[in-house]
Amino acid sequence: MYNEMMVKPMREEVSRLGVRELRSVAEVDAALGPGEGTVLVFVNSVCGCAAGAARPALDLALRHPVRPQQLLTVFAGQDVDAAARARSYFAEYQPSSPSIALLRDGAVVHFVHRHMIEGRGPQAIAADLTGAFDRYCTKQEVA
Amino acid sequence: MTVFHPGHEELHGVTVVVEGASGRLWVGRYHETNDRGVVLHDVAIHDPATVSEPRDHWVERLRKFGIKVEEPFVLLPVKEASRIIRLAEWQVSGSRT
Repeated sequence: MYNEMMVKPMREEVSRLGVRELRSVAEVDAALGPGEGTVLVFVNSVCGCAAGAARPALDLALRHPVRPQQLLTVFAGQDVDAAARARSYFAEYQPSSPSIALLRDGAVVHFVHRHMIEGRGPQAIAADLTGAFDRYCTKQEVA
Repeated sequence: MTVFHPGHEELHGVTVVVEGASGRLWVGRYHETNDRGVVLHDVAIHDPATVSEPRDHWVERLRKFGIKVEEPFVLLPVKEASRIIRLAEWQVSGSRT
């Protein structure tokens, strides 16, 4: 685990976008357990290369008029139990971080792995996300 | 491609496919190539001698569902690593970008 002082700005970079951070198993289950509607789960990470692009990409994507109903995040390697629990809701996908899952009614409909983030700019990653939003979410579902 | 880690190779930290001269494939996060070989982290391995799944199918499955790590660290001799390509750039049927 990294020093929390170092991680705090990375948490805030996501939470200031209106993405709710889940730091315990109970919080994860309360948010994901019902399995209703469209939910984005951003698995945050300290990785300077991939996460350094993923967070700005999320910022860009969330300016899109069509967005998931719920916006959630867990921090891999920091909030270990919460991250593991969140991943249990998309268990057929191997863990990587950063990564982004889009679920609809409890099922994964789009998944962005770390290898799909590496070496790409925020705009390209955001375009991938907004394409999925357009496909799986509806305009009135603004969080 | 942007180099995110100054002082490292371009592929440092990037998930790659290493095609082996032996016919095996390794998929993992590239660290470096040094005088001992190619260093990968968090690696999945396709060995046609033991895995019946065709390698293109295997790579496509990893692209979709992610890498199930079999070895946390692999050091491959340079002469075995005949080609290194980003996983994101792998294309089926041998026509790789």
